[in-house]
Amino acid sequence: MLNGKVALVTGGSRGIGAAIVKKFAALGADVAVVYAGNEEAARKVCEECIAAWGVRARAYRCDVSSFSQTRELVAAVKADFGTVNILVNNAGITRDGLLAMMKEEAFDSVLDTNLKGAFNMIRHCTPLFLRSRGGCVINISSVSGLMGNAGQCNYAASKAGLVGLTKSVARELAPKGIRCNAIAPGFIRTDMTEQLENNPLMSTIPLGTMGEPEDVAEAAAYLACAKYVTGEVLRVDGGIAM
Amino acid sequence: MYFDAIAKVVADRTGCDVSAVKPESTFTELGIDSLDTVELLMNLEDELNIEIELDQPVATVGDLDKFIQSKQG
Ligand SMILES: NC(=O)c1ccc[n+]([C@@H]2O[C@H](COP(=O)([O-])OP(=O)(O)OC[C@H]3O[C@@H](n4cnc5c(N)ncnc54)[C@H](OP(=O)(O)O)[C@@H]3O)[C@@H](O)[C@H]2O)c1
Repeated sequence: MLNGKVALVTGGSRGIGAAIVKKFAALGADVAVVYAGNEEAARKVCEECIAAWGVRARAYRCDVSSFSQTRELVAAVKADFGTVNILVNNAGITRDGLLAMMKEEAFDSVLDTNLKGAFNMIRHCTPLFLRSRGGCVINISSVSGLMGNAGQCNYAASKAGLVGLTKSVARELAPKGIRCNAIAPGFIRTDMTEQLENNPLMSTIPLGTMGEPEDVAEAAAYLACAKYVTGEVLRVDGGIAM
Repeated sequence: MYFDAIAKVVADRTGCDVSAVKPESTFTELGIDSLDTVELLMNLEDELNIEIELDQPVATVGDLDKFIQSKQG
């Protein structure tokens, strides 16, 4: 289904990103896996894709919050794979805390990674999309960005920002056959949510349990193929934000 | 001077005659929108074996020529 496509997934070394990488590889896509520091995890994901599905896979270290590093990253992926057809902006961090006590640095770093990181990647991939007369961007937002969440003003702002970015990019690039959508996951079982298992919010999930990274990967695969869908924010949240 | 290379890439792209492309031709009248100029630049990069990042809109073929010259120093 994604045979011959090149997918670039930021934060592909762990959690949701790793699940998306594997799903795309299983569908036949070549995968560029971007990580921040965890080289071993990224390499393992690549080896698994090569062994299980015979696709090309390669890991790249890059801090997505850096405009210049992302430019070099996209140039390197272009040199290795020829182009990028699908970009998944999944790299993200949390620095939770009450607004009244939040350090400036905690706000800035979350915005820089989660929101500016997505801008940086789209900025540098767009010339490649324009050239191949098509492309697909999937931004991983969050239900926090849709509903707000006490203790996550920085994170929620970055994820709400991704919704505005998604819709603007969708409108701006639609005439060129480039689609842009977002996924808003709820509580998904990853390193990020390790300490949340017993959080009272869990009992408010209509479907009763946390989601798995594969649930989000399923939605990403749908959006990668949904040729008439753009500017959409797809919740994968067990119903928590409806 | 990158004018000849630009004219060639424009002609390839739009199917017009190279001689129809003048320095004062606007991309709009050549049927090329502002996003297309980004793509055009990528084709030029290949043609000329240089790297340029378009970080401002350019109106005419002559403007693009000047822009590339300014980036190439
Ligand atoms: N888990 C949830 O319940 C949930 C819910 C809603 C939304 N989300 C969103 O889903 C995305 C993935 O979450 P997750 O739970 O899978 O997170 P995770 O397990 O903590 O993994 C984060 C990934 O992002 C990478 N990363 C972090 N900062 C980076 C940077 N500056 N540059 C490049 N890569 C960077 C990490 O690379 P290293 O491995 O090298 O550190 C890692 O691959 C995030 O955007 C998150 O906000 C998650």
